[in-house]
Amino acid sequence: MTDSPLLTMRGIVKRFPGVLALGGVELEVRAGEVHCLLGQNGAGKSTLIKILSASYQPDEGEILWEGQPVALGTPQAAMDLGISTIYQELDLVPDLSVAENIFLGHELSRGGFSQRSETLRRTRELLARLGHGEIPATRSVGRLSPAAQQIVSMARALSQDTRLLVLDEPSAVLDQGEVDNLFRVIRDLTAEGVAVVYISHRLDEIRRIGDRITVLKDGSTVATGLAVDQTPTSELIKLMTGRSIEYVFPPRGEAVPADAATVLEVEGLALPGVFSGVDLKVRAGEIVGLAGLVGAGRSEIIETLYGARRASAGRVRVNGKELRRGSVPAAVKAGMGLCPEERKSQGLLLDQAVYRNITVSSMSRFSRLGLLDSRSERKRATELTESLDVRPAGVDRLVRLLSGGNQQKVVLARWLLRECRVLLLDEPTRGVDVGARAEIYALVRSLADSGVAVVLVSSEVEEVLGLADRVLVVREGRVVHEGPATEIDESRVLDLVMEGKVA
Amino acid sequence: MSEQGTSQGAERARHLGDVENTVAPTRDTVQVERAAAETEHAGGGAAGLMSGPFGRNLGLVVALLLICAAGLITAGDRFASLDNTLTILRFASALGVVAIGMTFVITGGGIDLSVGALVALCSVWATTFATQTMATDNHWIVMVFAALAVGAGAGLINGLVIAYGKVVPFITTLAMLAAARGLAEIISERRTQIVTVDGFKDFFGADVLGVPLLVIIFALVSIAGWVLLNRTTFGRRTLAVGGNPEAARLAGINVNRHTVMLYVLVGVCCGLAALMLVSRTTVGSSTHGSLWELDAIAAVVIGGTLLTGGRGTIVGTVVGVLIFATLNNVFTLNNQDTSTQAVAKGLIIVVAVLLQQRLARNATST
Repeated sequence: MTDSPLLTMRGIVKRFPGVLALGGVELEVRAGEVHCLLGQNGAGKSTLIKILSASYQPDEGEILWEGQPVALGTPQAAMDLGISTIYQELDLVPDLSVAENIFLGHELSRGGFSQRSETLRRTRELLARLGHGEIPATRSVGRLSPAAQQIVSMARALSQDTRLLVLDEPSAVLDQGEVDNLFRVIRDLTAEGVAVVYISHRLDEIRRIGDRITVLKDGSTVATGLAVDQTPTSELIKLMTGRSIEYVFPPRGEAVPADAATVLEVEGLALPGVFSGVDLKVRAGEIVGLAGLVGAGRSEIIETLYGARRASAGRVRVNGKELRRGSVPAAVKAGMGLCPEERKSQGLLLDQAVYRNITVSSMSRFSRLGLLDSRSERKRATELTESLDVRPAGVDRLVRLLSGGNQQKVVLARWLLRECRVLLLDEPTRGVDVGARAEIYALVRSLADSGVAVVLVSSEVEEVLGLADRVLVVREGRVVHEGPATEIDESRVLDLVMEGKVA
Repeated sequence: MSEQGTSQGAERARHLGDVENTVAPTRDTVQVERAAAETEHAGGGAAGLMSGPFGRNLGLVVALLLICAAGLITAGDRFASLDNTLTILRFASALGVVAIGMTFVITGGGIDLSVGALVALCSVWATTFATQTMATDNHWIVMVFAALAVGAGAGLINGLVIAYGKVVPFITTLAMLAAARGLAEIISERRTQIVTVDGFKDFFGADVLGVPLLVIIFALVSIAGWVLLNRTTFGRRTLAVGGNPEAARLAGINVNRHTVMLYVLVGVCCGLAALMLVSRTTVGSSTHGSLWELDAIAAVVIGGTLLTGGRGTIVGTVVGVLIFATLNNVFTLNNQDTSTQAVAKGLIIVVAVLLQQRLARNATST
């Protein structure tokens, strides 16, 4: 690690209509370091990295590259300097092959003819360097797992002469083993002098991989260049949120009485090739968590019982009434609500107003003879967003302009309005910052306390154990363990997830 | 799971297919436009609603005024008379009704290439010897029912194949285009079928307070369309289904059923337009509505409805239809041939869309 900065950003200001996204950000990144960018959703991290990749132009401020002022006018200019960005939502072309994606925009060609074998050779080389030589270079990217797609994105960055690699929440779609591999790759890169800007909400990861930290809050830098090993976590949380959070998970309160009504009852549910023989009972007021690896079938289970996928066998009953297979409207009518895993692509109408996203599942309540009373829609939505503290306020704002945590609150508000009896949560806090997480946990618990049956899926074992009353461990499409959350700990869950038996 | 997510994204992309590329606002422009719409709406309330669409339609209104100016200069009083204005509106009315239906389908993320052929089929079906005999024996309303039922039926077939057969709308309606036009030729034996039912002729040919009924029908359909899109559950669902079908589905909307309803709606519009055209031309013919699919799509798109779905404007569509009708009128008054007119039309489509994008961009940067 050298002490002269590779990249310096000073006084960066970025305005959007009606919003000051960045109000004076400072960042200094040295070659060979992993510089972590911390901040709650909406703090301005995404805007900052979009300025770095020249997707946005700053309104004020200067950017220095090796001490020289540079203008990042076009994405190409950023790339020419050696800045590569891997976004949370990967920007790959699903129908092109791995090799074609990696060399997209800088194809290897001679006299206008693409050099296919050379491309494939270099692709394999890059994938091997990333520890994933097994990814077939000719397969279309759309058929790869999210983790493999991320490796392809990284290979794409490395295929050019990258000197600064920006990773936006790279671990969000990865399981533990894949995260370890990612960290190994990052270490190799920094050893070669590449600087890495690493964005993550997971403080434990930052502890493992980070060298220095810059903290953003409300579009401004509140601390920069903090050494990771000399900054306690409590200090970081305080910097990010402006307050200290002692207990993230709300207290469970009294145990759900054994005679509480069973609201959701699943029997022998199966989806060919994904899972089979899933039984599940959730009583009113109970939170049941599904733990397991990515790809173990957790999300598929709740999507199937919601009717979004058609089960090949089994029954789903809500309050004793059996649901028609493969019908979401039937499930919603019976009182179910789903907060899907992919919030943006599955959960929200991004280009529509907040209030429309909230009322979309309860429109009949606001309509008379099909005519909508949008005034009362806005009024109810305003009440809900205020009680959930959605920021910035304003139900006419497009959902696209909200941060991840606030978007999740909008999805939750939809089902609050609907007064659902069964709430299915798939990765409810993915991409959600620490402060908003605590609020969402508290909200889910208070819903349960009001008698809602909750099913929670999360790849963070800690979240399942901390929030749920009862835990089901899923491995390869089968439930391998069921029991109270208080009687199992994280390492046992991980053993079960890996081995399928208690070590 | 995420793999499913991406494959659905890809499916959606394929679903829109080539159509999306023909107008090809880049993703960024679309977002900018949408952001612009947002800032305009940010105030909410009546003022926001008035200024939002108006701002976006400004380029269109300017284009319409320019064409009117050209009409005034080249044809003077022959253009600027009340009679000529009514002629333009009468000419615009049938296509206008089709374009309103098209606005819904496109806003809902689809496309209907079969509208012109459906107009032909409905016009022929409503004017066969058998239908007209029945109409004479009973009531002329039989002809109306025939046209509307045929339009609805064809739309139902389109909708079912698209929603449940999972065939992309472009292909499904392309097939319907060929089949419906062919069927119209078979039924009519390629002859024009003259309307003999007086009740029908009297009703549709009537004037109300000096305004032709056809124009009044167009106005009523426009108003009904505006209310349906902006003020009802159906309209809200259309925006949701077009904007993000997967999110709409997971929110509990029956996306397949809604899709079917959209194609039935445009089919009924075609039936109504066929009746209006039959009244105007006094015949039913398998050549009616030729290339109307392109005119309707052009009017919808220059009006500002996103070809990718999720945003639609009835006002824009109406102005779009009026632009083409006025253009046609100005060329006819100046005895220009249709080829020159087609070139002008092409230019207008491109210029109008460019203007709109420019305006939208300015709105975001200020």
